[in-house]
Amino acid sequence: MLLRHTPTEVSERRSLTINPAKTCQPIGAMYAALGIRDCLPHSHGSQGCCSYHRSTLTRHYKEPVMASTSSFTEGASVFGGQSNLLQSLETIFSVYKPRVVAVHTTCLSETIGDDIPQIIAKAKEEGKIPDGAFVIHANTPSYVGSHVTGFSTMVKSMVDYFAEPKAPTRAVVADAGAPRLNIIPGWVEPADMREIKRIATAMGIQALVFPDTSGITDAPFSGRAEMFPAGGVSVEALATMGDARATVALGPTASAAAASALELKCDVPHETMELPIGLSATDRFVDALRRRGGVQVPAALEEERGQLLDVMSDMHQYLYQKRVALFGDPDQLVALTEFLMDLDMDPVYIVTGTPTKKFEDRIRHALKDRADRAKFKQGATADMFLLHQWIKNESVDLLIGNTYGKYIARDEDVPFLRLGFPVLDRIGHVYFPTVGYRGALRLLEKMLDLFLDRQDRDAPEESFELVM
Amino acid sequence: MTTKRTESEAQGDIKDALLRAYPPKVARKRAQQMQYHEPTDDLPAKPIKANTRTVPGIITQRGCTYAGCKGVVLGPTRDIVNITHGPIGCGFYSWLTRRNQTRPPTPEDANFMNYCFSTDMQEENIIFGGEKKLKEAIQEAYDLFKPKAIGVFSTCPVGLIGDDVHAVSREMEAKLGITIFGFSCEGYRGVSQSAGHHIANNQLFKHVVGLDDTPQTHPFAINLLGEYNIGGDAFVIEDLLQRCGIHLVATFSGNSSFDFFANSHTADLNAVMCHRSINYMADMMEKKFGIPWIKINFIGAEATAKSLRKIAQFFDSDLLEQQVEKVIAEEMPAVLEAQKRARRRLEGKTAMLFVGGSRAHHYQTLFKEMGMKIAAAGYEFAHRDDYEGRRVLDSIQVDADSRNIEELEVHPDPQRFKPRMADETKARLEREGLKFSEYEGMMPDMDPGALVIDDISHHEMERLIDRYRPDIFCAGIKEKYGIQKMGIPCKQLHSYDYGGPYAGFAGAIEFYEEIDRLVNCRFLKKLRAPWHEVGLASSGLAAEHQVGRVETEKGGSDSSDVDYAA
Repeated sequence: MLLRHTPTEVSERRSLTINPAKTCQPIGAMYAALGIRDCLPHSHGSQGCCSYHRSTLTRHYKEPVMASTSSFTEGASVFGGQSNLLQSLETIFSVYKPRVVAVHTTCLSETIGDDIPQIIAKAKEEGKIPDGAFVIHANTPSYVGSHVTGFSTMVKSMVDYFAEPKAPTRAVVADAGAPRLNIIPGWVEPADMREIKRIATAMGIQALVFPDTSGITDAPFSGRAEMFPAGGVSVEALATMGDARATVALGPTASAAAASALELKCDVPHETMELPIGLSATDRFVDALRRRGGVQVPAALEEERGQLLDVMSDMHQYLYQKRVALFGDPDQLVALTEFLMDLDMDPVYIVTGTPTKKFEDRIRHALKDRADRAKFKQGATADMFLLHQWIKNESVDLLIGNTYGKYIARDEDVPFLRLGFPVLDRIGHVYFPTVGYRGALRLLEKMLDLFLDRQDRDAPEESFELVM
Repeated sequence: MTTKRTESEAQGDIKDALLRAYPPKVARKRAQQMQYHEPTDDLPAKPIKANTRTVPGIITQRGCTYAGCKGVVLGPTRDIVNITHGPIGCGFYSWLTRRNQTRPPTPEDANFMNYCFSTDMQEENIIFGGEKKLKEAIQEAYDLFKPKAIGVFSTCPVGLIGDDVHAVSREMEAKLGITIFGFSCEGYRGVSQSAGHHIANNQLFKHVVGLDDTPQTHPFAINLLGEYNIGGDAFVIEDLLQRCGIHLVATFSGNSSFDFFANSHTADLNAVMCHRSINYMADMMEKKFGIPWIKINFIGAEATAKSLRKIAQFFDSDLLEQQVEKVIAEEMPAVLEAQKRARRRLEGKTAMLFVGGSRAHHYQTLFKEMGMKIAAAGYEFAHRDDYEGRRVLDSIQVDADSRNIEELEVHPDPQRFKPRMADETKARLEREGLKFSEYEGMMPDMDPGALVIDDISHHEMERLIDRYRPDIFCAGIKEKYGIQKMGIPCKQLHSYDYGGPYAGFAGAIEFYEEIDRLVNCRFLKKLRAPWHEVGLASSGLAAEHQVGRVETEKGGSDSSDVDYAA
C-alpha cells in the first residue's frame, strides 16, 4: 500500500498536518501575476520559494513559468531585504525588460518586516524603474491563509495599483458598442478564462477579465524564446476597470477582495458568486451577465444549456446517489458540491486546508438537506490524511481532487477525477474548461467514463453490457 | 562577412552575447563564472568562480538550503518521519516531487515517503514561537506511526524567530526513546541547495552513523554515497553489485533505511557517486572510522565497468576481480550493439548539460559513448572542486556564506577507528592507479574550448541556445519547456522526465534510446504548416522566423510517410 501507515481510526490532531489540502500564499500570487501582460512575478525571499513555485506551476502547465527572486542569504535575513530588492529591480529591468514587476512577499521577508511600498518608492527615487514600467506588490506571508488567499491578494493589488477613477466620457464611449463588465474569474485555468470570455462575447458583453492567464500558461509552440508570451491583461486595460458598469466576481475566496476594493475605489458595483461550475452556478453567472449588461441570453447558450440538461437526464441512472469525496480549494469545492447535488449524487466528505470561516456555511448551503449526513472541514488539519481515514471508514464511489489524490485512489481502489491545483500527471485541465455549460458537460463525461469503465471492469460476464 | 574569424574572437563574441544585457557590475561577476576550458596540469589553472551568491533578480536554476537537506539527502530514506517545521509550502513542494524510489522489503515495513508532515505554522506561532507546536507535532507523529526516527527540518522563519529545533528534538528524544534530530536548514542559510547537503551530512553523521555496531562479516562490504535512486538507478546498481559479489551496507541515501545508516561505519570502502552532495560524509567517516573512499560513477557503460573494476582493485581479490569481469562481459555485448545503433543516428551531434552538482559531469560519459559532443556544461550548485578537482581545495576562499555552515570537528574514534588496509598495500594500489579521496572534477573530461558556465541564468541559457542551436539540452523542470519552445529537445536530468533508470549497463542502453527518441523525433521536422512555406502566414509560426531545425523541402509536404501515388 502506498499510504500503508494511515489508520482507519481517526484521532484528534492539533499540531501535525499530514498530506495537506493546500499550499502557501506566494504561489497563488505568482500565478495571478502571470495573468498580467508582460509581467514578471518576483518572489521577495529565499531562492527556494521561487524555485518551488516555478517548478510546481511548470509541472501543472507543462509551460515555462518565468519569475525572479530576491535570493536572500543570511545577510539579508539579518539586515533586511531592501538592497536585495533594489538590486533585483535593476537586474530585472536591464535584462528581462518587463512592463510590470509583481512583487510578492514570503514568510522570510514578512518575518523580517520588509516594507515593500517604501522600497518600491526608493527604487523609483533612484531611477531603477524605467518610465512606463510598474512595480506592484502583495503581502503574502506563507503562515497566513493558503495559495488561494495569496492569489486573491495579488488580484486585489491589481485594483489597488492600476484602477483609475471612472472617466465618464471614456466610459460612455467604451460602453457604446457593447456593455462593459469586469469579470474576476478566480483561480481557474487558462481554458476556463477563455471560456468565460467566450460566454461573455456570445452575450454581447465587453468583458475585462483579470487576471487572464490564457495565452501565457497555455502558450502555443512558437519556435523561439519568449519571456512574455502574447497573453494576459494589459496595464492599459486594467486602468479602465473603473469604467465598467459592474464587476462580477467568481469565487468568494479568490475574487471578492478585489471586487470590493474596486467598488470602494471607483464606485463600480459588484456581485460575488460561486464559480460557474455545473448547471446552477453557470445559470446564475449567465443571469448576472444578462442583468448587469442589460442583454439577452443568446440561442447558442440556450442550446449548450439544453445539451447539458439532456445528458444529465440521459445518464442520470449512472450518477444517482453515487458517494463522492472531494478535496481542494473552497471556491471549487462549493461549486462542485452544488453540481453533484444537481445530479442527485451524494457528496459525503469534503476537506480544504484553506482556512476560511465561511466555508462550512457555504458547503452546508450547497448540500441543502444532506448537510447533516456529510462530513466537511476546513483549516490546517482538514488534510488528505483525514479524508483518507474517512474513506477507510466508509468508502466512496468517486474521489475528486488534485493529483495527490491518486495515492488514496489506488490504495482504496476508488475511481479518481483529477480537478484542482496542482494536476501534475495529466494535461486536459490546461486546454479544456470546467466552467460554463460546456465545462459541466466535460465534467459529466469524465465522471461517466470513470463509472462506466468501472462497471465494465467489474461486471460479471453474463451482465457485461454492450449498450449503456 | 566572409572573413574567417579566429576562434578566440568567436568565443569572446559568445561570452559578450551572454553578458551584454547585464548591468556592468553583474556582467563582471558573471564573467568570472564562465570560461572556455583550457586543459592544464599547472596550478593555479584559470579558476572558475562557483558556490557564490546568485545576483538578486537573476532567474536562476537554484533552490535553497532546505531543498538540499530535506529534499535531496534525507528525502529518499523511507523509514524516518521527516517533519517540516514551518508554514505549509516547503513541506508541500518537497512532497514526492523528486522521484526517489524505494522498495521496502515487505508490505509491512515502514515507508513514509508518500506522506508529507508539517507543523503548518500560523501567524500566532511566528509571533509567540513555534516550539510548543513542534513538540506536540512530534508527539502526534509518534503516537500515530511509532517510527524509528523523526527528523525536524527548519524553514526560513524558524531561524528568525529563534525556535530551537535541536533542544526540542533532544527533549522529545529523551521522552520517546527514539532517534529525533533537528536540521537548521533554513532556506537562506547558503547560496544554494549545497549548504543543505552539508547540514544533512553533519546531522546524519552525528546522530545516526555508528548507532549499530553489529560486526561486518562480508569480505567485500561497501557503502554507496551520493546515489539517490531517482527513477530506480539505485536498484540497477544494487543488482550489479550483488551479481559481482559486493555487499552493500548502506546507500546514502537512495532506497535506504535508517538501520543501514546506523551500521554503515562497518563497511570497508565508501564509493562516492555525487561528490558534491556527500563528500563531507566520506571525509568524516574516513577520519572517525578509517574507511577510505574512492570516486566512482555508474552513469555510462564504460564508467560503470571502470567503477566496478576500481572496487575490485581496492579489495585486491582475484575472486572478486573475476566475478566483476564476468558481469562486465555479460553486459557489454548488448551495450555495444545499442551504442552502434545510437552512433548511426547521433554521432557528431551536440549536447549541453546544465544541472546539479555531479550529473552535468556524469552524463557527459553517456553522450560521448554515442559519439556526441559536449559544447557547453555547468553545474547549478557545485563548488570549484567539482569543476577543477580536489587539487584546488586549498585555494578555495571560504566566504561568509560558507562559514555559516558548521564544519564538524572529527577525530578518530578511540574504539572503532580501524585502518582498512596496511599503508604499503595502499601505496601499491596508488602506484597501480587507484586514487583515494580524489575527485578530478568535470573539466579534465571536457574537450578544449568547451564552454563551462556556473549557475547559468535563464537569460544566458536562451542566448546560448540561440547561438549554438545544440541538438539537445539537458536541464531541469523549470528550464525544460522554455527550451522546447525554441525547438530544441530538453532532457531533464533531475527527474529523467519520469523515465530511467539510466545507471549501469541496462540504464546506458535505455539512455541511448531516449536520446535518439528526443533528437530524432519526427514532429520537430513538422513545426511549420504547409501555408507557412508559401508566405501566407501573418502570425504565429510565421515564415520570417527561422525555426532552427526545420527542413524545408521543395515541392510539397514532408509530412507523409505513405506514398499515396504508389
